Amino acid sequence: MNAIRSKVSRRMFLKASAVTGGGLMLSFSVPAFAALGPTEATLNAYVRIAADGIVTIAAKNPEVGQGIKTSLPMIIAEELDVDWKNVRIEMAAVDGDKYGVQSAGGSTSIPRNWDTLRRVGAAGRQMLVSAAAKTLKVPASELTTSGGNVIHAASKRSLSYGALAATAATVPVPDLKTVALKDPTAFKIIGQRTKDIDGPKIVTGQPLFGIDVSVPGMLYAVYEKCPVFGGTVASANLDEVKAMPGVRHAFIVAGTLAPGEVNLGAGLAGGVAIVADTWWQAKTARGKLRVEWKEPASKSQSSVGFAARAAELAKQKPELSVRTDGDVDAALKGAAKVITASYSYPFLAHAAMEPQNATAHFKDGKVEIWVPSQNPAAGRAQAAKALGMDEKDVLVHMIRGGGGFGRRLTCEFMAEAAWISREAGVPVKLLWTREDDMRHDHYRPGGFHTLTAGIDASGKLIALRDHFQTYGSDGKFANSANLGADIFPAEFVPNLDYSASFMPLGTPTGPMRAPRSNALAMVFQSFLDEVAHAAGRDPLEFHLELLSEHRAKSPTPLPFDSARMSAVLKLVTEKAGWGKRELPKGTGMGLAYYFSHSGYVAHVAEVTVTPDVPLSVNAVKINKVWAVADVGSHIVNPSGAENQMQGAVLDGIAQVMGQEITIARGSTVQGNFDTYTALRMKQAAPVEVHFLLSNNPPTGLGEPALPPTLPAIANAIFAASGQRLRDIPLNKSIRGTAAV
Amino acid sequence: MAYTLNINGVNHAVDVDEATPLLWVLRDVLDMKGTKFGCGSGLCGACTVHLNGVAVRACSTPVSGVGTAAISTIEGMAEHPVGKKVQDAWLEIDVAQCGYCQAGQIMSATALLAQTPKPTDADIDAHMSGNICRCATYNRIRTAIKLAAGETKGA
Ligand code: FES
Ligand code: FES
Repeated sequence: MNAIRSKVSRRMFLKASAVTGGGLMLSFSVPAFAALGPTEATLNAYVRIAADGIVTIAAKNPEVGQGIKTSLPMIIAEELDVDWKNVRIEMAAVDGDKYGVQSAGGSTSIPRNWDTLRRVGAAGRQMLVSAAAKTLKVPASELTTSGGNVIHAASKRSLSYGALAATAATVPVPDLKTVALKDPTAFKIIGQRTKDIDGPKIVTGQPLFGIDVSVPGMLYAVYEKCPVFGGTVASANLDEVKAMPGVRHAFIVAGTLAPGEVNLGAGLAGGVAIVADTWWQAKTARGKLRVEWKEPASKSQSSVGFAARAAELAKQKPELSVRTDGDVDAALKGAAKVITASYSYPFLAHAAMEPQNATAHFKDGKVEIWVPSQNPAAGRAQAAKALGMDEKDVLVHMIRGGGGFGRRLTCEFMAEAAWISREAGVPVKLLWTREDDMRHDHYRPGGFHTLTAGIDASGKLIALRDHFQTYGSDGKFANSANLGADIFPAEFVPNLDYSASFMPLGTPTGPMRAPRSNALAMVFQSFLDEVAHAAGRDPLEFHLELLSEHRAKSPTPLPFDSARMSAVLKLVTEKAGWGKRELPKGTGMGLAYYFSHSGYVAHVAEVTVTPDVPLSVNAVKINKVWAVADVGSHIVNPSGAENQMQGAVLDGIAQVMGQEITIARGSTVQGNFDTYTALRMKQAAPVEVHFLLSNNPPTGLGEPALPPTLPAIANAIFAASGQRLRDIPLNKSIRGTAAV
Repeated sequence: MAYTLNINGVNHAVDVDEATPLLWVLRDVLDMKGTKFGCGSGLCGACTVHLNGVAVRACSTPVSGVGTAAISTIEGMAEHPVGKKVQDAWLEIDVAQCGYCQAGQIMSATALLAQTPKPTDADIDAHMSGNICRCATYNRIRTAIKLAAGETKGA
């Protein structure tokens, strides 16, 4: 702390505090060493400039591989007008009053912060210009900036930001709302391929991730919870465990969850904690642990049971109407052709590469937690509540996370670590095993769809029905298991009926990269491909026509702009040579598109299927995927953006090919990468990425490239082999009754 | 049990149970955090280190099995003629997303290139398929390996 303070004393702070009603107030100050205290600790500092011109920018949002620790500071640096090579980046403190929402979810970091952070940077630049005007005794209007210098061209004088920083601290603070922004054509940082700021640490193996955190005197903890979600401990052979080498503590945690509660964010689940000198000793001792669990009634649930129940529900009247346009029954009666099919997809685990962990130090009624989290403020609230503490007594440090994909939006392991540290009376690092991670997830929910479509004599889609058999109860969808009234092609078909029926579920579900869309895209984009083929039409021509005409209205207008979608679809098919290239027999192309998280994305996949063998993972080779996204006017960091697109597409390939979590006896069957398959190098198809810049505000890219991947592959498999994949993953048997 | 481990050319004395995997000796006893834990079962490659130049999974290598073998870890790659090239290529291509798997990827790629200086795509598939990248940076890993091998130019 002292080291930091003495450094700070030579620096200038740009303070920005949120004011009610939006916008930010900015002010500079140069805190004297002695003056640095609680007041400064509450400042909203994004930028510090040292005398040598080094600019330190706070990265406000959690980094889990989406590149935001690099891209958000790029936005500030651009408007501040500094050289990127002189920028250093620090993770910001977790403080909503200063930084607003600090989460990594929903591809929201860029759209939420684009305008504000430009203004933060521009305000800083304006203050440096004012400082130069004072120093040089010239009007500010005669000054320009470039690469961390303020320039007075008329007198050929220039002053560095480092030299101006102290004076800038004394000038009036500009209003963020009216501060002048750069003309985007003058951008020098935004839009440049920029390397991940932590790259050098990553390739040299320096401590960087949550799992790497060390606190003096720290012990290591493991935590065993009931395999059936919501279960608690009846008894455990603690004495035997305590006798194992290195074990310092072993105790039962009753937990704070209400009976039957399985939501991971609801509190602290009961279990047995083992604390030892090393993690290996704690884990080895856990091998001797025998627990008698109090299991909830959901122990009777299974994936097999769900599939059987879904098949029953499919034959019954739906429980809930989601959307109705026109008259589907009448339209189907008059249709030239009716197409029906059933689709299903499994539960999925997030399986981020870094198993869940948190390091906690409880001392004197306060607790400090170091955690790789996508949503640290929520984790703090959860930990505080579980421990019966005030949130202000829980200090959270954001640490880079080894992947998130939505799993780390809920961080119940913060509460676990904090509880264990308090009870053991020492700082602890709680680290889950891979099996803990896979068996105590909030899963992407599986689902079942029964679809019917009607086309008229000209091959136009005139009616569409989806009866969704999903999870939930009392007419309420389980987390991330919902079907919205806005799901495409709603509004583009005159007669449309979306409905749902529910199965109670004792397994927690939650957001996973492009929640809902990651499943619904597969269903709707595959089924529309079936419809196009049934109509004897080229899928591209079919879709461009479908997108061209609004044929129903929503109560509130949908945010979907079909012209943007048509444009990405045209570009991706052009890049892939759709309909232009001669493909060998057994090779085919499929297209799909999807709108999610404000992004417009279309893919073409080219696939070769080995003839005359049953469709299987080994019979399908994905040759290439072309990917096009329209996420607005600017790609902040094209290197990071391309990486996200490629990663999302390959993530989708992993899902369509082989990933499946199954439930038996109310618990998760798979525990590691032997049974839950991850994509490997040899299956990683090349992904060619293009961005279509459009005149729209920039939006996020962590998610929207995933959903259309699955149907693009499935549609390509059909084009290559005539076989329709309706139940994913591919290594599952085929179910469905399409009229093709 | 007392062991002397030769890691990146330096001897380290440790006293741990013989069944302790090398991974946890490196991480929690010697405080070398570069080698990562991903699965604990030899399935993901996050913990890849070299024993006498051969890529092995440290999570599945008990310390008692190491003997006098020279251990190389990611922390030693800057001094390794091939490893340094691989690290530079990784930076040039900006491979990482979350970065968590990349130490293991670099260790596997270095072992591959040390043996096969000009690997084919099939060589890369065969040697790198034990390393999972959950963020799926595989396109860039392949490009970076080729760059390190001198087969392609940087991005
Ligand atoms: S941690 Fe060793 S192979 Fe996964
Ligand atoms: S970069 Fe995240 S697992 Fe490889």
